[in-house]
Amino acid sequence: MIRRLFGLLSGTVIFLLFLFPTNIVAQDEVAGDSLSGSESAMDTLLLKEKTPQPPFNIVAEDVDNDAGEAIKLSWDLSPDDFQDGNVKEYVVLRSESAEGTYDTLGNTTQGIKSFIDNKVEIGKKYFYKIAALNYEKVNYVYLWNANSESAVAGPVVATAQWFNTGRIWVLLTILFISGAIIYFIWGAKSGKSFYIRKIAGIDEVENAVGRATEMGRSIYYVPGIHDMDDVQTLASMSILGRVSKMAAQNDTRIDVPVSRSLVMVTAREIVKESYSKVGRPDSFQDEQVRYLTDDQFGYAAAIDGLFVREKPATIFLIGAFFAESLIMAETGNSIGAIQIAGTAMPAQLPFFVAACDYTLIGEELFAASAYLSREPKLLGSLKGQDMGKALFLIVIVLGIILQFFDVEMWRLFEVR
Amino acid sequence: MKREIPIAITFIVGTVFALAYFIPREPFSLFERQFGDWFGIIAAFAIWLGALNLMKISAMKIARKKPDFIYASLIILSFLVMIFFGFYEGYKGLFAEPQFSYRDAGTGFNWLYEYVYSALSATMFALLAFFVASASYRAFRARNLEATLLLIAAFFVMLGRVPVGDMLTTWMPIGYTMSDWANWIMSVPNTAGQRAIMIGIALGLVSTSLRIILGLERSYLGGE
Repeated sequence: MIRRLFGLLSGTVIFLLFLFPTNIVAQDEVAGDSLSGSESAMDTLLLKEKTPQPPFNIVAEDVDNDAGEAIKLSWDLSPDDFQDGNVKEYVVLRSESAEGTYDTLGNTTQGIKSFIDNKVEIGKKYFYKIAALNYEKVNYVYLWNANSESAVAGPVVATAQWFNTGRIWVLLTILFISGAIIYFIWGAKSGKSFYIRKIAGIDEVENAVGRATEMGRSIYYVPGIHDMDDVQTLASMSILGRVSKMAAQNDTRIDVPVSRSLVMVTAREIVKESYSKVGRPDSFQDEQVRYLTDDQFGYAAAIDGLFVREKPATIFLIGAFFAESLIMAETGNSIGAIQIAGTAMPAQLPFFVAACDYTLIGEELFAASAYLSREPKLLGSLKGQDMGKALFLIVIVLGIILQFFDVEMWRLFEVR
Repeated sequence: MKREIPIAITFIVGTVFALAYFIPREPFSLFERQFGDWFGIIAAFAIWLGALNLMKISAMKIARKKPDFIYASLIILSFLVMIFFGFYEGYKGLFAEPQFSYRDAGTGFNWLYEYVYSALSATMFALLAFFVASASYRAFRARNLEATLLLIAAFFVMLGRVPVGDMLTTWMPIGYTMSDWANWIMSVPNTAGQRAIMIGIALGLVSTSLRIILGLERSYLGGE
């Protein structure tokens, strides 16, 4: 009996031991369920409070004056977009149909109300939505985020234009100047003579070449550090043609150290032709026109070395120069060479003026070839250029007068 | 034909570039890009012309034992050393785990670039300070009216750019201190002069470009 009773008790205890932990866990789970349920409701409420209102008045339009490569979007900011407001950023969404799936195209920060979509194809219809987004992030991981989307804008199609209307004034000015240049070239062809003011730097070219001949020393011609795609280098090559011809006539050596391979090829052809033209093809040696380096300061160092070792009598620094201009010009000055410089880089002009004997300032560089050649049709183009100056003068005076009356004339000429 | 073909190419390319500025759509924008690419490709290949020319002239100087042949040997040596490290480490980096480029930090090429080439370039640039001083000394000598005006302007600008300039003129009314004078010189007469030069340059560019495009200016082709 006792044995049965003990067995029953033990069984009950064992049963209870198995039963109790299970009940505790189950109770916890129930409590947990009810807890998470209340938290979730609170979260939903909080999220609703933190969800920003969407932006409105979305406008999507083709960008003007382009090759059909962009669509501009603009919108009015969400009412919740203010400091510490509910908007953290705007997300731009795009679809090819109004009801279709919208893909994220990009985003802008809070307070910005425009976006350029430059991933468009010409002729395709696009629809846009802007979503205002609020979130909290820790280490690039969203703790939560809430957004609301605007109404759909579109369809809009990107189109390519045949003329950039923002550049109409540039076209008119160029047409006027080109017309004047061509008119004066025709005038020159028909025998009309023009007065061209003296340019001291260019007048001195012949004397400078003659000086080198008298001293029995060489001439150095440095054509700058830009390549053949720069008009300054082209102008420099034109002047080189004239200078090398004078040097060849005087049988004076001219050296042209260059920093670009294409300039080397062009300059070599020019100098070679000049020697041939005056009947001295044998006097020309290939190494007169040589490549040094593309590197700006390496080039300056090499030129300085050549100047100091070879002590040329005349140095031409004509073309596009940057920080190396003064390094070269001062070294040339220190060896007592006569120096004629010319560049259209305004920042380098003061250095050349300070260190060289003569400086071709800006437009004089471009005029030099025509001036040296004395060909009427080239001189005619300089006269046309003067007409351009007259036009600018009139516009400037008009602008000053209108400014007195608070009329901002420059806005009219704004180039886009 | 030696002249006609380059002139025709110049005319076509020049006209397309000019039109592309005003006509944004294809095919002009495409041509503009392609012509630019072609120039880049030709210039890239032409680098070999330049490099070989440099090697040839330097080698000839050494062979003829010209007075400055030591510099020519340095050119060839530097050229070969850089080429060796570039190719050797470029090749090594391809098969290394992880892969690396010859320009990455820690390579011999990078070391030469950082500690030889960059240092030499910086040295040349630094020389500019001394050249500016010597050129300024000559330019600012009051030989005539223009040079005297330049000297006076330079005096105000230089003093106005350092704190001592303002310290010396604290007694002046607000807006008339040394830095204000310097700013006025830079933003009024200096800007006016710069703009005049810029207008001249722009006109010169248009005129020269037109002469070249129309084939009137041919001296850049040689012999004219």
